[in-house]
Amino acid sequence: MANTKEVRKQIASIKSTQKITSAMEMVAASKMKKTQDTMLEGRPYSLKIKDVISHIALASSEYPHPFYEERTPKKACFIVVSSDKGLCGGLNINLFKQVIARSAELNEQEIESCFALIGTKASAFFKSVGGKVVAVAEKLGDKPNPDDLIGLTKVVLDMHKNGDIDQAYLCSNGFVNTMTQQPNVEQLIPLAPEEHDESSPTQWDYIYEPEAKELLDGLLTRYIESLVYQAVIENNACEQAAKMIAMKNATDNAGDLIKELELLYNNVRQAAITQELSEIVGGASAV
Amino acid sequence: MSTIKINIVSSSEEIYSGEATMVYATGTLGELGIAPGHTPLLTGLAAGPVRVQNGSEEEAFFCSGGFLEVQPDLVTVLSDTAERADSLDESEAIKAKEIAEQELANKDATLDYAKASAQLAEAVARLKTIQKLRKKQ
Repeated sequence: MANTKEVRKQIASIKSTQKITSAMEMVAASKMKKTQDTMLEGRPYSLKIKDVISHIALASSEYPHPFYEERTPKKACFIVVSSDKGLCGGLNINLFKQVIARSAELNEQEIESCFALIGTKASAFFKSVGGKVVAVAEKLGDKPNPDDLIGLTKVVLDMHKNGDIDQAYLCSNGFVNTMTQQPNVEQLIPLAPEEHDESSPTQWDYIYEPEAKELLDGLLTRYIESLVYQAVIENNACEQAAKMIAMKNATDNAGDLIKELELLYNNVRQAAITQELSEIVGGASAV
Repeated sequence: MSTIKINIVSSSEEIYSGEATMVYATGTLGELGIAPGHTPLLTGLAAGPVRVQNGSEEEAFFCSGGFLEVQPDLVTVLSDTAERADSLDESEAIKAKEIAEQELANKDATLDYAKASAQLAEAVARLKTIQKLRKKQ
């Protein structure tokens, strides 16, 4: 039977853990608000650029951009967005599972995979699992700067330009609500062509100033960059939400454990008292 | 009077959304004015002001580069950074210009020449926007 001192020690240690997890929960809750705001601020730009891109897809352009070109796929690159810090439940691992599954699927079709990783967790994971890593961007902080991602995006786009890869996928967590985050694997390149609307006139094109090639290159690159940036800030919001939930669960579990231990403690204490009493009574009757 | 819808967005926020009778912008190949019913146009934007005219009212924004898309009934400005011209601080702009000029002046091996001249162009464009606004007031 455990003695009272041991149980008391255990209770104290769990209580201090509980204090830490509940503090982390509160930190995550306040950060979640901020990251959600950042996510919403970025949305108008990504929506508008999407509109423009869909207009461009409708125009019968004089210059078909390579991002629309369907090549026979031999190699694919996954851009994997993860968090920098842990303690956020199954957020990262659920995403990695999907990425690995998709990569295995492609492997069956004899398409090789390589990875461009955002976030410390992804780079640690793919280091242990193995896999060809072409670019890494880490420690972007709570308010990532679009400039920090340009390098990584450029590596992937350059590989596409040089024919080193034929497809690119963007893998990140989508923010559904505070309780739910949805891991997504989305195809970036080739860009899916928009469906033609029958009612709109089919033959028209923009006036390009200056050259169509230069403009479309710039605009589509910016589009991909904005998609990656949006994925990163959305993933950040997911991370804080998941962390808040994970820490709330940890705090609740600690509470349950403490309750159980307190029951045990009282039992042990009561048993000790009963034993002492019976000893005293036994001693008294012996005299 | 017919109007055209205009949206100005930068990567971190929505700057302006509304109707306009005329939009003026600084394209990479020169200034352009867009009236409702303009033919589809796609152009790069240079650092400079974007002015939105609606009847007698006019609003100006500073844009340091980006893209402009025109559809007959819609203008979209995808700006790298856009700010309301009112919030431009002239002294800040002058300071930025001075720094850029200084950096250009002591052009040594370690200096990124292209970056400095881009900074200078941006500072000059900011100043131009402010001065244009001042004249009108």
